[in-house]
Amino acid sequence: MTVAASAGGDRRRRRRLGAGRREALVGYLTLSPWAVGFLLFTLGPMVASLWFSLSEYKVIQPPRWIGLANYQRMFSDDLFYRSLKVTVTYTFTSVPLGILAALLVAVLLNQNIRGARLLRTIFYLPSVISGVAVALVFAWILNHRFGILNYIIGLAGIQGPDWLGRQQWALWAFVLMSLWGIGGNMIILLAGLQGVPASLHEAAEIDGAGSWRRFQSITIPMISPVILFVSIMSVIGSFQTFTQAYIMTGGGPAYATLFYLLYLYRNAFSWFEMGYASALAWVLFAIILVCTLLGLRVSSSWVHYEGG
Amino acid sequence: MADGTATVERQPRPAPPVAPGSRARAVPSRRRVGRTLRTGLVKLVVYLAVLPLAGFIMLPFIWMLSSSFKPIGSGIRFPPEFIPRVWVFTNYPLVFDTIPFFLYLRNSLIVTGGVIVGELLSTSIVAYSFARLRYPGKNFFFVVLLATMMIPFPVTMVPTFVLFNLIHWVDTYLPLIVPAFFAPAFAVFLLRQFFMTINRELDDAAKVDGCNEFRILFQILLPLSKPALTTVAIFSFTANWNDFLGPLIYLSSAKKFTLALGINYLRSFRGGGDLAPQMAAAVMFSAPCIILFFLAQRYFVQGIVTTGLKG
Repeated sequence: MTVAASAGGDRRRRRRLGAGRREALVGYLTLSPWAVGFLLFTLGPMVASLWFSLSEYKVIQPPRWIGLANYQRMFSDDLFYRSLKVTVTYTFTSVPLGILAALLVAVLLNQNIRGARLLRTIFYLPSVISGVAVALVFAWILNHRFGILNYIIGLAGIQGPDWLGRQQWALWAFVLMSLWGIGGNMIILLAGLQGVPASLHEAAEIDGAGSWRRFQSITIPMISPVILFVSIMSVIGSFQTFTQAYIMTGGGPAYATLFYLLYLYRNAFSWFEMGYASALAWVLFAIILVCTLLGLRVSSSWVHYEGG
Repeated sequence: MADGTATVERQPRPAPPVAPGSRARAVPSRRRVGRTLRTGLVKLVVYLAVLPLAGFIMLPFIWMLSSSFKPIGSGIRFPPEFIPRVWVFTNYPLVFDTIPFFLYLRNSLIVTGGVIVGELLSTSIVAYSFARLRYPGKNFFFVVLLATMMIPFPVTMVPTFVLFNLIHWVDTYLPLIVPAFFAPAFAVFLLRQFFMTINRELDDAAKVDGCNEFRILFQILLPLSKPALTTVAIFSFTANWNDFLGPLIYLSSAKKFTLALGINYLRSFRGGGDLAPQMAAAVMFSAPCIILFFLAQRYFVQGIVTTGLKG
């Protein structure tokens, strides 16, 4: 700490520089738990994953470099295409429908109605128990002969389909299930709606704008950043659907619900194809990245940022 | 859902202008009456739209609870009963007889408890670093931290397994707990946002009094951050309590299963694996999360809004 070499009397300056250094030292020290974790559990594994993806690796023997063979293998892998198709179809139906439904519920709950708090609680409730319990309950509800859903549909005189047993229906059963879990997005959108200044609505009302017009021209632009955010997060989450498919259908019938992550999981942990699984993971990452960037790019035409 | 999309157009459309002659005569301002009637009508439409949707949300919960009191074999009975005709209370004890439920409960508590302790401890320190200290590269690291939230779990899943396999941690709880001691990004972000709202003058005053950074963090910031810490803890609890893929990958011996795996394991048994006991198990498995949610609702909402909106 011999920073201030000048003659005495400059102790204050020396101390301040020392304090800056000390703060930096403490800063790096307090940052280190994250930094070490980042290296051990994120960056390190990512580098390793890239290396595995270029290798043949079946755990028992060390990885053997095979270049791009794993990626080439995907081109001729029918199940890869199927799982990708299942996941993409699911994502691009369940996410838009889910956000539309979440927005609808948020708008409804944003009206000044009695019991809005209780209703908000009800809509969020499914989000706290996602996973195994949900899968088990829905497996029974969706049962085509003894489930309550087809019974209710039957009351209207319609013969409900064999939701989980037929190729053309199974994925739609998952979409329906995903709509049950819109609560998280709904809460974010509701907070967004509550952040729209009332003065804007009042001004528009004085100008004679009806409520639909105000919704279109004020509400939607004002919450568009929030809509963009929940869309991106939902797409990322949706590409990683796993538990429901693992428990309810195991990917069937005839691979109709073979979600990408389920296929990846089987490659890695049932068949110990760690190299191929890593390549699949990187393709998934690339797809998610492209979707996110594309979403951000397209969004600039419709997302409105305050003061920018 | 057909229900939901149909109402999209219905709701925001303004209610038809109402000009009721008879009522208006009684009150001086005709316009005001029209207005209250109009808002009343809007409210009615809102209820008509939202209540069926809420019913759709509640249905699986009611189904799960009521079915847990149905006799074995109800899964193949038609028509399905909403309220059991015969109430049976043996499904719950049957679950305990079929799988070591309390052992799994203990295992789940070990994992979630360990994760919560690790996460609170490590994220407090790292969030303090991001919120309060100045050093070169901090903003860069913060951007990296935010970016890691976007990285899908599957990308790191395989090598992380290989790593834990290498050090013989597979089939222990360590792979599920230890990473939480290295400041998961989501929780750091949430806590950092909260620290930023606490007045810096408090730190400065403490510094003048000779407090070092750790005392500032532990004796000033953390006691003021109880809401944020609670939020982190409950999110971490529900996430790990419900986690299925993690335990599925790392736990192989049946006596080490967490409840999430155990409930799924239950299905493989005869009798105890019937649909009715399955529902009993599902009720017991989801009850802690539901109760926690009702007790700490505002923390849930706060957490979602902080990380959602300010992201």
